[in-house]
Amino acid sequence: MSAANWLRSGEPMIWLNAAAVSMCVIAVVGLVGLLAVRGFGHFWPSQIVQGTIVSGESRTAVMGEAVDKVSVLGEQLREAGFILEGNSEFFDRTLLKQGNRDVYGSDFVWIIDEQMKDNAVPFNALVVERMEWGNLYGFLETIRSQGNVIADYTTDPDKAWAILQREVKKIIAIREDIYSLERVEIGHINHAMEGLRLQQRGHELKGALSPATQADLAAQRATLNKQYKALQGELQQLYQSMSGIEYTVALADGRKVELPLDKVVRAYRPNAMGIFAKSGLYLERLWEFLSAEPREANTEGGVFPAIFGTVMMVLLMSIIVTPFGVIAAVYLREYAKQGFITRTIRIAVNNLAGVPSIVYGVFGLGFFVYFVGGELDQLLFPAALPSPTFGTPGLMWASLTLALLTLPVVIVATEEGLARIPKSLREGSLALGATRAETLWRVVLPMASPAMMTGLILAVARAAGEVAPLMLVGVVKLAPSLPVDGNYPFIHLDQKFMHLGFHIYDVGFQSPNVEAARPLVYATALLLVGLIALLNLTAVAMRNRLRERYKSLDT
Amino acid sequence: MSNLTTYIPAYMPTWRRYKDRLATLTISAGGASVLMAILLIFFYLLYEVMPLFNGATIEKSNELHLSAKNNASVYSAMEEQGEVALIIGSDWQANFFNIASSELLESVDLLADSGDIISFASESGDSRLLGVAHINGRVNLFKHEYALSYPNGERLITPRLESVYAEEDLGFDGLSLKSLAIRDGEDSLTIAGILPNNEVVVKSYAKEVDFLSDEMSLQAQRLSLPPLAGLPAAIHIDADQRWLFFLSEDGHYSIVDLGSPDENGIQKLADSGLLFRNGGSVSSSAMLLGGISLLAASSTGELAQYFMVREKQGSKLQTIRHFDTGGTVVKKLLPEHRRKGFLALGEDGLLQIFHSTAHRMVLKEKLLPEGKLSMAAISPRGNTLLLGQGSSTIQQWKIHNEHPDVSWTALWDKIWYESYDQPEYIWQSSAANNDFEPKISFTPLAFGTLKAAFYAMLIATPLAICGAIYTAYFMAPALRRKVKPLIELMEALPTVILGFLAGLWLAPFIEDKLTSVFTVMLIVPIGILLFAFLWSRMPMAFRTAVPEGWHPALLVPVICLLGYLCFALNDAMELLFFGGDMRKWITNELGISFDQRNAMVVGIAMGMAVIPTIFSIAEDAIFSVPKHLSYGSLALGATPWQTLVGVVLPTASPGIFSGLMIGMGRAVGETMIVLMATGNTPIMDANIFEGMRTMAANIAVEVPEAEVDSSHYRVLFLGAFVLFMFTFIINTAAELIRQRLRTRYGSL
Repeated sequence: MSAANWLRSGEPMIWLNAAAVSMCVIAVVGLVGLLAVRGFGHFWPSQIVQGTIVSGESRTAVMGEAVDKVSVLGEQLREAGFILEGNSEFFDRTLLKQGNRDVYGSDFVWIIDEQMKDNAVPFNALVVERMEWGNLYGFLETIRSQGNVIADYTTDPDKAWAILQREVKKIIAIREDIYSLERVEIGHINHAMEGLRLQQRGHELKGALSPATQADLAAQRATLNKQYKALQGELQQLYQSMSGIEYTVALADGRKVELPLDKVVRAYRPNAMGIFAKSGLYLERLWEFLSAEPREANTEGGVFPAIFGTVMMVLLMSIIVTPFGVIAAVYLREYAKQGFITRTIRIAVNNLAGVPSIVYGVFGLGFFVYFVGGELDQLLFPAALPSPTFGTPGLMWASLTLALLTLPVVIVATEEGLARIPKSLREGSLALGATRAETLWRVVLPMASPAMMTGLILAVARAAGEVAPLMLVGVVKLAPSLPVDGNYPFIHLDQKFMHLGFHIYDVGFQSPNVEAARPLVYATALLLVGLIALLNLTAVAMRNRLRERYKSLDT
Repeated sequence: MSNLTTYIPAYMPTWRRYKDRLATLTISAGGASVLMAILLIFFYLLYEVMPLFNGATIEKSNELHLSAKNNASVYSAMEEQGEVALIIGSDWQANFFNIASSELLESVDLLADSGDIISFASESGDSRLLGVAHINGRVNLFKHEYALSYPNGERLITPRLESVYAEEDLGFDGLSLKSLAIRDGEDSLTIAGILPNNEVVVKSYAKEVDFLSDEMSLQAQRLSLPPLAGLPAAIHIDADQRWLFFLSEDGHYSIVDLGSPDENGIQKLADSGLLFRNGGSVSSSAMLLGGISLLAASSTGELAQYFMVREKQGSKLQTIRHFDTGGTVVKKLLPEHRRKGFLALGEDGLLQIFHSTAHRMVLKEKLLPEGKLSMAAISPRGNTLLLGQGSSTIQQWKIHNEHPDVSWTALWDKIWYESYDQPEYIWQSSAANNDFEPKISFTPLAFGTLKAAFYAMLIATPLAICGAIYTAYFMAPALRRKVKPLIELMEALPTVILGFLAGLWLAPFIEDKLTSVFTVMLIVPIGILLFAFLWSRMPMAFRTAVPEGWHPALLVPVICLLGYLCFALNDAMELLFFGGDMRKWITNELGISFDQRNAMVVGIAMGMAVIPTIFSIAEDAIFSVPKHLSYGSLALGATPWQTLVGVVLPTASPGIFSGLMIGMGRAVGETMIVLMATGNTPIMDANIFEGMRTMAANIAVEVPEAEVDSSHYRVLFLGAFVLFMFTFIINTAAELIRQRLRTRYGSL
């Protein structure tokens, strides 16, 4: 075959079409791969490098983790005032996470590789994760308790290290105690206090605040206050027991800083760790990410509240959307008279699935939050006014909005399932004397259940990843508490909540320290993808089981 | 089935029948209401949007009868709540009335001991600053102030008239002024007057604050004006105290630049000319809120808005827009205090309410008999109007005028906004200051939306459709079963993740490797064709090792390698062609501005979001083309490619088209990707290296901050409504096409 013939045969076009498929596949796999690599990589304790930046006469000692590397045109660097020795066109620059924001002012520094001299990987380099000011990188010197040196790393490293770990463990335990005291017990008292206030206000509004009830409320309040005082004392003691221990660290440039140990989350020496120790730390950090609350404006710590909020919202949405979607589909397919109107409605419902989600968000905000919520507050919660209860974005409105958003998906899928059930089955059931309702309940719906499941899968997949409408109807960057707790009524539908998708947007784009937060965003994105995949796979498995069960009928 | 449902089995206890009926009822009611709830979205959006296009209404609420001398009024005004009115009568008594009870609350004698007053001026309605010129040449300034207090839980408004700059001598050396204009600012005060001989005099006072005592003193400077033609009708000073507008009786204007004197120390005449198209004299004039625009009405029934526009030869007065008064000669112009709207009261008693930016008349109603208008005032909130009828009564009118600032013109047309050099499309919905002119043009947002959708479709269309063609028609079934779900998996990928990757990873990556992004587009197709050609030259045994329909698997390593080569060679190519930095080269050599988060990034990211949608629908359409059609074609000797182009694609084209439309609908409504991957600046530029703001992103950004039920809030709802309708129509069209396709296949 000559080249001309080959061109004429259309073979090249087929190859190009094949290339389109390959590119799509590469894009999908690459995307997920990128997320996986960056997301999982975040938890691995990376090596700490040390060196001296030599620029002309000035020498600066630096230490930290290498995060990123780019090559820059030498000309541009020279224009920017850098003194370069080599004469190649491009120079590599490394982004070093030097930490110690409280000392240096910024977590990150760009270093031209050529200027970095005396590179070393110091065995004793210490990383301290802290409650505030980000990581600390340095060399441990001494640990002091109440001003007395209890361990000196420079003379007896192993002992000092053991003491440090022991003290940190103690502090973490105390911190957990404080947390449970503050959140659970004091939270409980606060909740009760607020309840009393609302009771009093409610009586006032009714004009029925008799001195007797007033005295009663005051007595209850006094009891609560007493409990509160006691807890407060306990809390004080815990805080006291945490303070007093300090550690001294020498920074890369020789400066010495003395810091309180009660702000430490974790301390480790990555360069001294073997692969197993690193793996252990990896799992520990991964678990922290999944189970802990965020720290430092969401740029550190975990995302548990966001996971919880996402799952909670999706569950609520599923609970709302399934019955309504199924009823609507059953009505449309089984009960309504088939004709022009049902056909029009069917097309309209189908098209609503393609309406932008932000439109649903706007609707949810205007209709649910301001209109319905405002009315509900007037009717049911007049005591709390002017602060709104349901007249403000919250979990219930978010779930409702998303339920509305996914309703068309469930309706369409269920309807398709209903249409696929052979007429003979229904007729058989009716012929045996079953009523229409019985036929529906015992024959039609069970057979359509895989289709309903499909609808729910699609709905969940869409709802879990949807962020734009949630920004308007209830998601916040940092919710003070979970929407489920031990206080009556246990599920707080009026509360605002956190969401993984919004977390990604907020930390990645609204955070003041994007560079520091970036790895966490990758991890969160990976988690969201994982969560959606998990929800999907569960639903697919359920569908397959259902399908299996009714397979004999489905002919 | 209906014949079956009427069949009632012989044995059927009543409770079963009841249960059946109950089920029917519940499902019908439930189903119908769910469907209604879905349609509610449409009606609710409409309900929120409708008030924007309603006009204003007005109703009379009260009538007061005051003693005659109060009525021949010089000036009248109201406080915030519209409860207390200030009326300055011809006896120069400033009287504060409670409007509801017509009780006199406070009375101040403006004459004091300086002799008769011969002229009066009000700076502007919203500033409450008044000035009087006495016959002895003294000029006094006052401000009417209202103190709110709540004794016994009820609102009490205590009015007072406060003297301003009382210790300063503001006159013109004893010259008496027959006309007066004042303008007070942060740094200076300007007073202009007309002497009995029609000469215009201006004094500018610079405010100096003593840094020790914090006391303010005024430093006067008398300005010399050029000769101004015509008998004076009115003088106005703009808010910046830069321009003096001199309107003569015969309809001429002269504008003096108060900022720059010439070498002789005389202020320059910036512009002069005729105000009206049809001639006529000035019947009324006023400065609009903000003190930038001048409104003037002629004795022939013209009404127009003017402001100074910077041109090459200095600033000139531009006629911005004419308002159609229907021939009514406007006797009084009342600018609103919080909006760029104004009321025009005609000689014939006709009230017309206009809005300048929206170029819209919201109300036209005859309130008074002809020639009876004696005074008029509008409350700061714009909801109460006081009208003096003849010399005896004052009427209070309630105005409901919620959204005068929105009109079709304001939303979609080019608008000449104040302080702009030319009419433009601008979206800038809010600002910190009170006299801000909201710019609510949807055009840049619609443009941004379509721009984003266009670039997304540019990326997605070829990839999705070519991919669909291959997958449906050429691919081996075993591979297809794996590839199709994999690509559709991308549909479940949250757009927030795509947006985040686009904004934080792709955007910097593209900026860094710009050259290779373009070379990839060139090299990869060429490389693939080259590979395909070499493959066809391979020995048969080698080729048959790869089964038919597995081409993509072969190409994956080829594409990866080519892509890697392109990106690895990026620096070298950049150095070779663009002096090392393509971004800089684009900015400097081509003069195209470059944003890191630009349309290209959005196009790629949103393309990824749209590909699975189009792919899935198009693949289904191609796959469901009956096989006997293509077999027939192949049997007649056509090559597979000819069969595809000649038989399969034409049959499937409506399905492919409907997939494209649904993809387009998705791209138009996508929020998170554009929110994160662009700078969200509402510019109108098709440049691929610049960002945009889309309708959806705009809503997401602004709705949480918009005041409920304000014009801004409703305009955003209108944006949502437009998006809703747009996608709804596109999807309906796609659905109809798909249904037609289905019937077509049915016949084959």
